[in-house]
Amino acid sequence: MNSGPNDATRLPRLLLQARGEGTMTLAEHLQLRGELATSDPHAIVEAIADAGLRGRGGAAFPTAEKMRAVIANRSRVGGRPIVVVNGAEGEPVSVKDRFLLERVPHLVLDGAALVARGVGARRVIVTVPDGDDGRRAQRAVGQAVTERAQHRPDGASVEVVSVPDRFVTGEESALVQALNGGPAVPTFIPPRPFERGVERRPTLVSNVETLAHVALIIRHGPAWFRALGTAGHPGSLLATVSGAVERPGVWEIESGTPLGALLGERSGSPRAVLVGGYFGSWVSGDIAMETGLDNESLAHAGASVGAGAVVALGADACSVSEVARVLGYLAGESTGQCGPCVHGLAAIAAKARAIADGSADLHAVNQLTAWGADIAGRGACRHPDGAVRFLSSSLRVFAAEFDDHMRHGPCDACLAPPSLPIGPTPALTR
Amino acid sequence: MSVHIRVNPITCEAHGLCAELLPERIHLDDWGYPIVDGRPVPRELMAHARRAAEACPTLALLLEREPR
Repeated sequence: MNSGPNDATRLPRLLLQARGEGTMTLAEHLQLRGELATSDPHAIVEAIADAGLRGRGGAAFPTAEKMRAVIANRSRVGGRPIVVVNGAEGEPVSVKDRFLLERVPHLVLDGAALVARGVGARRVIVTVPDGDDGRRAQRAVGQAVTERAQHRPDGASVEVVSVPDRFVTGEESALVQALNGGPAVPTFIPPRPFERGVERRPTLVSNVETLAHVALIIRHGPAWFRALGTAGHPGSLLATVSGAVERPGVWEIESGTPLGALLGERSGSPRAVLVGGYFGSWVSGDIAMETGLDNESLAHAGASVGAGAVVALGADACSVSEVARVLGYLAGESTGQCGPCVHGLAAIAAKARAIADGSADLHAVNQLTAWGADIAGRGACRHPDGAVRFLSSSLRVFAAEFDDHMRHGPCDACLAPPSLPIGPTPALTR
Repeated sequence: MSVHIRVNPITCEAHGLCAELLPERIHLDDWGYPIVDGRPVPRELMAHARRAAEACPTLALLLEREPR
């Protein structure tokens, strides 16, 4: 059996030879992957469409459709489009985009060059989180851009820009506003970035992992890409796995792989698994182990893949305390622009904290549910919606624990050290 | 073509005039910010809807011709 990089069913794809701590150089990258054949722009868009590639930043929007929207606005509004590589991975439980930028930046830059060609852009802006968390990725991408300029000039100019390492920065309109010299906070839409983005030009904002897949789709073709994964969500995907698991880290798996295989089954089922990060949903442990990591399977459990962050909560952690902490974090990550988000998330976080402390009134859970329903859909961005999704699955999956804290106050596990990370992302080694 | 009411949540400062002028379509949440009924505005409410939009001190209440 063919075991070379062209074997369609072999894993890893993106992370092939990306083990260890180093950054793959341009020479190593070309040796491993081969040169990119120059393709016709139309053929690039068609290949991505045929592959069925969906964005890996969380929304799972078809990448080719997004490119076509940019192309349509190019002719309608005029102005050469700009491509923005969204590396603003502000989610504390996701590090997969940073991992790609650190280890295989050329795969990401190949993808960016290809979509730039596809939409007719001559300028690519790679965004990377600022501060300590993003330093290694900044350096790796910066060096990769220099290597490419020296050895094989791309069609488009590429610049690297560091952006605030905050939860909301990766929201498209926030990223665009930051690149236009403003604060990295969401704007009221329309216009959407594909209509009027960086420098008022039609702008394609694309996630890092999405672009890495593009680099392989153009090399190997749509059929190769579809040889793994489900019909609705073809291909492999990167999952950031953390919490009560055997092997935390970034793993490349076939879309649809049961979560049990990802979490490790030796230690039994966790209490619950958070799928899709802090905008995602909890799935109770026994169900999660049997559920595939793809949107069709997860829909039955009220969850979705999001950006592929998977966190297992161990039996020794207090779910109510953990949920209260994360809600407090999400309230603090509101950019303070929209009243329902500012006041609603603060009230929700305070009430959840009161439940964990045993100081809440009898109607506290009903109040949380009502506030959740009230604020969903009422921000300029999806931050409150994501927080409410996290809240409602918490109330559903941990109903017994919430009830217990309401009646009897803090439990023994409340005193355990916090389990879910908030704030700057801890390094996930592998 | 139907008209829908939409709030710009960034500019809205919870003055609450809209809920007084158009209670048929707008009520306030626990913090005084408007919750809007997203259904199309019927003809008989159009004059009230326009008045509510014009009365908003921050011009955050929008009448849009297409659903968003």
